[in-house]
Amino acid sequence: MYTIVSKKQLNPSVVQMDIEAPFVARKAQAGQFIILRVDEEGERIPLTVAGYDREAGTVRIIFQTVGATTDALARLHVGDAICDFAGPLGEPTKLDGLRRVLIVGGGVGCAIAHPIAKALHDMGASVTSVIGFRNKDLVILEDEFRSISDRLFVMTDDGTYGERGNVCLPIERLLSAGERFDEVITIGPLVMMKFVVASVRPYGIPCTVSMNPIMIDGTGMCGGCRLTLVRDGERIVKFACVDGPDFNGYEVDFDEALSRGAMYREFEMKAREASCCLFDKEVR
Amino acid sequence: MANMQPTKRPMPTQEPSARAHNFDEVALGYSEKDALDEALRCLNCKTMPCVGGCPVHVHIPAFIERIKACDFEGAYEIIAKSSSLPAVCGRVCPQETQCESKCVRGIKGEPVGIGRLERFVADYHNAHATSVPETLPKNGHKVAVIGSGPSGLTCAGDLARLGYTVTVFEALHKAGGVLVYGIPEFRLPKRIVEKEVNQLRAMGVEILTNMIIGKTLTIDELFEMGYEAVFIGSGAGLPRFMGIPGESLKGVYSANEFLTRSNLMKAYRADSTTPIMKGGRVAVVGGGNVAMDAARTAVRLGAEQVYIVYRRSMEELPARHEEVEHAMEEGVTFRLLTNPTEIVGYQNPDDKRDPKNGCVIGMVCEQMQLGEPDERGRRRPVAIPDSHFVLDVDTVIMSIGTSPNPLIRSTTEGLQTNRHGGFIVEEETGKTTRDGVYAGGDAVTGAATVISAMGAGKTAAAAIHKALSEKTK
Repeated sequence: MYTIVSKKQLNPSVVQMDIEAPFVARKAQAGQFIILRVDEEGERIPLTVAGYDREAGTVRIIFQTVGATTDALARLHVGDAICDFAGPLGEPTKLDGLRRVLIVGGGVGCAIAHPIAKALHDMGASVTSVIGFRNKDLVILEDEFRSISDRLFVMTDDGTYGERGNVCLPIERLLSAGERFDEVITIGPLVMMKFVVASVRPYGIPCTVSMNPIMIDGTGMCGGCRLTLVRDGERIVKFACVDGPDFNGYEVDFDEALSRGAMYREFEMKAREASCCLFDKEVR
Repeated sequence: MANMQPTKRPMPTQEPSARAHNFDEVALGYSEKDALDEALRCLNCKTMPCVGGCPVHVHIPAFIERIKACDFEGAYEIIAKSSSLPAVCGRVCPQETQCESKCVRGIKGEPVGIGRLERFVADYHNAHATSVPETLPKNGHKVAVIGSGPSGLTCAGDLARLGYTVTVFEALHKAGGVLVYGIPEFRLPKRIVEKEVNQLRAMGVEILTNMIIGKTLTIDELFEMGYEAVFIGSGAGLPRFMGIPGESLKGVYSANEFLTRSNLMKAYRADSTTPIMKGGRVAVVGGGNVAMDAARTAVRLGAEQVYIVYRRSMEELPARHEEVEHAMEEGVTFRLLTNPTEIVGYQNPDDKRDPKNGCVIGMVCEQMQLGEPDERGRRRPVAIPDSHFVLDVDTVIMSIGTSPNPLIRSTTEGLQTNRHGGFIVEEETGKTTRDGVYAGGDAVTGAATVISAMGAGKTAAAAIHKALSEKTK
């Protein structure tokens, strides 16, 4: 069992937890993920590592309540334990040699972008961060980003906080003004990453995206997390769990990934409704 | 007096019409009377050809003699000397190509039902015995076993019996490997695997789940932790796809994913939270045992039509005869000499947000005929020109094999692999190219059988024992 040692509600639907998992904490690096199960009957879900404390033996996860499993996890308290927590999985984000980097995070994706930005900052690189949210209530990790970024742009879709508009706005402004970066690293909803890639493409700057497809084992066995890269006109199948989760954004077939990501949407909605109903009953 | 009946005593099974709708075990097992009757068909040949056909050399005539004497526990003890997982092997071994293929009774009629007798003995033991197998006093040596599938469990069991302190590292949340995530409940009930795993625990084997060697810990770190030898039984790995258009559409699974969702993640149970495509029209591409498992699982999940699509003919189909027969009885349709060339997806021209967009609506196939034999002597299938047709399906399950998992090979220096990515080992010992590291099972051979993996686990355990005993001297 893996004990929850701290819990913090970052916004109405996003929760941060530190979980006691010494073996994972020893090895975790920015960009990697873990697989967890809440209880014996639960599904396996992948969550990207949002931080770690090697000495305390804890791993930080930040997740949005989007389905039955994340709902169940969010209901647990400090001192409770979950039954499985395995990792770290996937390849760490490659940061070697980067001096000037543009980090673009969207929504809960900022939780994954932050440790990467921090690692770059700690290496002495210049970090420009753009973080975007739907509205003011959903803004997370602003202070954390500010403390490690040379420049920070906070965007909201409806303009209730920071600047109004999506993350592409400041990106295009910076790039068209002649700013250059060694690399752009973007993490967030698929649609956002697709548009970030499109914004950066004309400038030929390397652009890394972090993919988060549906997974089961996460160890290179089931093949459910496959995605397609298009390289020199050739379609190459890759597995996000062992080949990723980071990929060259210019090569990813986003439309296919979007379609595959929605494979079980109806089922997930039903499962979530069922778990909500169950919760109501418990409360009554 | 020997029973000269030319055919095996039939295996009592659930009726096809009933079992197609449940996940209970298909074969029900021999009664004591059935077992006694079948045992009497064994001629107790002096040359014992059957033993040579068994990858772990179970002393077959000897255990059958004990059955004849109604000493079922005695029979179990004989099997247990060679096999760590008799209840599993009695169910999933391809006996018809191993021990039973060598049986003298098979010359005129059917061979002795060795597998059925093995299963009877193991089930009898599991129902009656409470004792834990004896282990030698601890010898102070520590061995790490990676993976808790058939090769890992066998290796761990053999070493524990010899007095070693054994730790098994399992990547998933449950021990058993392919026996748990791959082989369905109706062929191998999970309580049997659990029993075997608990037996190992009772023998003092430590089983750690959620430990992904190559990630959570490396092999080098295992040595640093004081393990003196490491056995890699990490299994087959990533599923292969055909490389035809449409393989990423919604509704296309690898057999590994489909079976893992159903078996390990319990999607077959009505109260499960694991999503899986149920019902509809399903094509399983491939002709091995895994393909049969996937097809029969789809039937039980409520599919209205299930096809096995295989590019050669029935004669070349690699699955066990019994599995093919069971699949047919349960209503699976075999489309032989048929090769998929494209999977077709739905696209609503007027609505880009239609949730049905990207779902499978059919699979284009071409008819094949058998041409010249290839290097392995199997006749190569050749496409018949202009023979394309569309198979009306909404789910496609690719069951065309796997390629080895990269996690250990990419994080361990000095471990050589062949061009398929399997570990290179010395066949007689399971020794890899790295000192103190042994390997066996699918991680070496690519997808093969439970019993050959067990054989490899046994071989490695003996080699590890020899190496570590010499070290002590």
